[in-house]
Amino acid sequence: MAKNKIKIGPAERAFDIFNVIFMLLLCIIMIYPFYYVVIASVSEPAKLMAFDGVLLAPAGFSWGAYSAVLGNPRIWTGYSNTIFYVVVGTVFNIFMTVLCAYGLSRKGLMFTRLVTVMVVFTMYFSGGLVPSFLVVKGLGLYNSRLALIIPGAISTFNMIIMRTAFAGVPDSLEESARLEGASHLQILWKIMIPVTMPTIAVLILYYGVGHWNSWFSAAIYLRDGSKYPLQLYLRQILIENQIGDMSQTSASDDQALLAETIKYATIIVATVPILVLYPFLQKYFVKGVMVGSLKG
Amino acid sequence: MSASTSTNGGNTGGSSPRATRDTSFKARAIRDIKKNYEIYLILLPIVAFYIIFSYVPMGGVAIAFQDWRPGRAMFGAGARWVGLKHFKDFFGSYYFLRVLRNTVTISVSSLVFGFPAPIILALMLNELKNKYFARGVQTLVYLPHFVSMVVLCGIIRLFVRDTGVVTQILGFFGFPAQNMLQNASLFVPIYVISGIWSGVGWGSIIYLAALTGVDQQLYEAAEIDGAGKWKQTIHITLPCIIPTIIIQFIMRTGQILSVGQEKIILLYNETIYETSDVISSFVYRKGLLENNWSYSTAVGLFNSIINFALVTVVNKISSMLSETSLW
Repeated sequence: MAKNKIKIGPAERAFDIFNVIFMLLLCIIMIYPFYYVVIASVSEPAKLMAFDGVLLAPAGFSWGAYSAVLGNPRIWTGYSNTIFYVVVGTVFNIFMTVLCAYGLSRKGLMFTRLVTVMVVFTMYFSGGLVPSFLVVKGLGLYNSRLALIIPGAISTFNMIIMRTAFAGVPDSLEESARLEGASHLQILWKIMIPVTMPTIAVLILYYGVGHWNSWFSAAIYLRDGSKYPLQLYLRQILIENQIGDMSQTSASDDQALLAETIKYATIIVATVPILVLYPFLQKYFVKGVMVGSLKG
Repeated sequence: MSASTSTNGGNTGGSSPRATRDTSFKARAIRDIKKNYEIYLILLPIVAFYIIFSYVPMGGVAIAFQDWRPGRAMFGAGARWVGLKHFKDFFGSYYFLRVLRNTVTISVSSLVFGFPAPIILALMLNELKNKYFARGVQTLVYLPHFVSMVVLCGIIRLFVRDTGVVTQILGFFGFPAQNMLQNASLFVPIYVISGIWSGVGWGSIIYLAALTGVDQQLYEAAEIDGAGKWKQTIHITLPCIIPTIIIQFIMRTGQILSVGQEKIILLYNETIYETSDVISSFVYRKGLLENNWSYSTAVGLFNSIINFALVTVVNKISSMLSETSLW
């Protein structure tokens, strides 16, 4: 910022110190909930319940909650289903989004404007929950894994980001390929996609995290527990208090108390993949916000 | 698309004055489609997707004007039309004012407290001298954004119950031990504060981006003129990011009546419906849990129309006031 350091007065110095302290407090506020969940998950249930005040270290120590969570088949079913939805769903998202964005980024066509209006209008108006539900049901997708993949195939917002990226590719690249007789699909595959790969990577992350965290469509479209994504099992455990089969002998007090720490351990087990990947992917996510803000 | 083409081009030979060449709309359309058939083939599944999953449901709002139930026809002879019955039911019911009031309260509180927060954070992050420290803080404050809604609400529930850590900390200040989510008057603060916690860092990115675009020479010139940091912030930094702030504000006010149902459903319970039930959660409960299909669709349609009108009006106002508009 300011090159000359002579001008820093006492008021500014005070502000700088205040600012650093404020930021440190903010970091504590952001981190403490995560930290609390971690230490609560490895605490002894009885000691955790008896503790009063701000917990700074585990109250006692026990892996009991983790062995209960990791021994629960529902968690593993949820995990594998979620991985399926993330992988297959994101591939389909990118396929449809790229097709749509490429088509709409081409200039000089009579009907792309009409299609653009039709697509963008859906960002501002929708038929609502019940009519959409009835359409999905009417297509025979109720209680089908496809209900979590097909209806949300294109996020119009993401598609606009992609279209902006395609529109920014220099025309000369495409023209030389066309002179050599390349078809649109070849141009898309061999030129446009490689050139816009940074944007596509951002969209892969957005769609991927979206699938990982999504639970509402699963809640309304799926009936069989065998198809539930992890988030839906999390809802059962965290929100609806269905610890159920995890604490086997409900008679004993220890098991009832274990239900407390099981919730914390479940949160950790479900969030660790995101937390582990996050530091490496952060800059791509941030870049996505920048790209999106250019043409909101 | 092609249907409208052929009807429009029905009067062959009628040349439009604006056409550069003496050809009808139909002829030009056919030539265009022949020349660009590949692009139209690429767009075909896209158009089908939007028709099926966006426009067919828009047609499906017809059931808002019927007594529809599964197995009954939506159109044609079997449909049982009832006009505005469900709308009258809703507007006349005790629920109308409750869900409307809650929706407005929640989104206005989120706007008043949640909107300035990321701007202030961005300004303060921008003032940090040590850029490594700044980057470290940024990494931490973005993090809650990636926590799933179910986990976020799970954590909230654990923290604000009678033995929860937040309740206990508040206890030091004389706050009574209670399950805070059973207390109707605490729902909005819990919703808004947790929203700021999870969203403030992520929301600041867009302002930080705007701040990096501010011309550094302006600061140097101001410094020579003897302007302190505070004056520089007021007279240089803020004016430079005002367009971004306006755009963000427009988008937020356009959504003032669209509080999403996901977080509400995960946090509320029957004892606090009085302050927590919003339009979208009401639509969800009536439609998918209680199977009042038509009534729920009517309420949802009411909400969609209001939202659409709001976005349009807000956008109009902003394009009148300044160059910044959404479309």
